[in-house]
Amino acid sequence: MNSVIHTFPYLVAGWVFLCGLYGIVTSRHLVHMVVSMAVLQTSTYILLLNIGFRQSGAAPVFADLPPSTRIVDPIVQALMLTDIVVEATVVALVLAFVVKAHENAGTLSPDDLRMMRG
Amino acid sequence: MSQKVRLRIFWICAAGFACIYFLVAKNLPPWGHYRGPYGDVISSLSVYERHATDVVNAIDYDYRGFDTLAEEFILFTSVLGVMMLLRPPERKATPSATAEESMSPAVQLAALPCFAILILFGLYMSTHGQLTPGGGFQGGVIIASAPMLVYVAEHFRAFKRITSHPLVEGLEAAGAAGYAVIGVTAFAAGVPFLTNWVPLGVTGKVFSSGTIAAISACVGLEVATAFLLLSYTYLAEIIADAGKTK
Amino acid sequence: MTIFRMLLLSLIGLAALGVVRTRDLVSQVLALTFYGMLLAVMFFAFQAPDVALSQIVIGAVALPLMIMLVLARMRHRERTLAEQKDGR
Repeated sequence: MNSVIHTFPYLVAGWVFLCGLYGIVTSRHLVHMVVSMAVLQTSTYILLLNIGFRQSGAAPVFADLPPSTRIVDPIVQALMLTDIVVEATVVALVLAFVVKAHENAGTLSPDDLRMMRG
Repeated sequence: MSQKVRLRIFWICAAGFACIYFLVAKNLPPWGHYRGPYGDVISSLSVYERHATDVVNAIDYDYRGFDTLAEEFILFTSVLGVMMLLRPPERKATPSATAEESMSPAVQLAALPCFAILILFGLYMSTHGQLTPGGGFQGGVIIASAPMLVYVAEHFRAFKRITSHPLVEGLEAAGAAGYAVIGVTAFAAGVPFLTNWVPLGVTGKVFSSGTIAAISACVGLEVATAFLLLSYTYLAEIIADAGKTK
Repeated sequence: MTIFRMLLLSLIGLAALGVVRTRDLVSQVLALTFYGMLLAVMFFAFQAPDVALSQIVIGAVALPLMIMLVLARMRHRERTLAEQKDGR
C-alpha cells in the first residue's frame, strides 16, 4: 500500500499527459485540439506539485508562521505559477491562429486543412 | 495519414511511454518526502534577506526575477501577435439607437457593486503579493474580468468604450516597461540588474520587501491590460457587426 | 488527509479523460472549467495557495472566456456568410 502511494501521484501526471495527447491525436476540430493541449499542459503542474510536496509541510507563506516551520518546496510552486500564465498566453495565441485558419480555409477539421500538410 | 493508422501509432507510442514513465516514477523520491536542499534554503532565507513573507512571490519577482521578466514579455508579445492576427475589419459601424439593448435593471444594479468589488479585490491582490498569497498575475486577471461584467450587464458599446480606450494600450506598454525600468534602476545604485536595492522596510507591512512589491504592481498592470486587450480583440468583430445590423 | 489527496488525484485523472473525450465544443469548455476547478482544489490541498489562486483566475475566467469568444465569433461569421449567400 505504501509503495502505491509513493508512486501513484507521479503516475497521474503521466496519465493526464497521455489523455491530452490522445485528445490531440483523435481531434476532429481545431478548438477541441486547443483544449486538449491545455489539458496536456496541466500534467506538468501535477508532476511539479507532487515532486515538491512534503507530508505535514505547511504552505510557503510566513505571514502567520514561525520562521522555522517545515514547508513544502516553494521553488516548484514559482515554476508552476509561471507555467499557468504561459499556458494562458499560448492558448490565446493558438486560438488566434485557429480563427485565421477558419477564415482562410473555411474548415476547422485538422484533416481537411490542406495547407498544413507536409 | 488515416485516422486509424494515426491512432495505432499513438497506442504504440503511448505504451512505450507508459513503460518508461512507470520505471522513472518508481525511482523518483517517494511522494511526500521532498529532499532537495534548495526549497529549504530559500524558505529560510527569504524572510531575512528580502522581508517578504510569501516565499513564492519572493522567488518569482526577485530570486528568479529575470525569468519572470522574460515571461512577462512572452505575454506582451503574444497579445501583440493576437492583435495583429485578428485586426478588426475596417468597417464603419453605424451606431443605431437599437444597439443599446441591455439587460434588465436588476442585473445592472447587481453588476455595479460587483464591478467595484472586483476592481478593489484585484488591486488588493496585486499590491499585497509580498505578504499573502496572490500577486500581480492573479490580481491583474481579476481586474481584467471586471469590464466583462459591464459587457454582460450593459450593451456592447459600454464595454467597447472601456477596452478600446488608447490608455489601455499605453498602460500595457507601461506595465511591461516598468518591470525593466525597475531592473535598470539597480544600476544607479551600483548593483547588478534587477537587484533588490530599495530599503526593505518592516516585514509584514505593505511597503516592505523593496522591489518585490513594485514589480508585483507593474506585473498586475501589464496582465490586467493585456487580458483586456485580448478579450476586446476576440470580441471586436461581433461588436462591429452588432453596431451595424441590430 | 493522504486518502483525500489520492481521491482528488484519481478524480483529476478521470476528469482529464472526460475533457478530451467530450466532442461537443461548448460542453467541452464547461468540462475544462470544471477540470480547472478540480486542479485549483488540488493546489489548495497540496499547500500551494498562490498557484491555486492563479489557476482559479486563469481556469475560470481567462481560458473559458477566450474559447467561448472564439466559438461565438466563428458561429457569428458562419451566420453572416450564410446571410450573404441568401441575399444574393
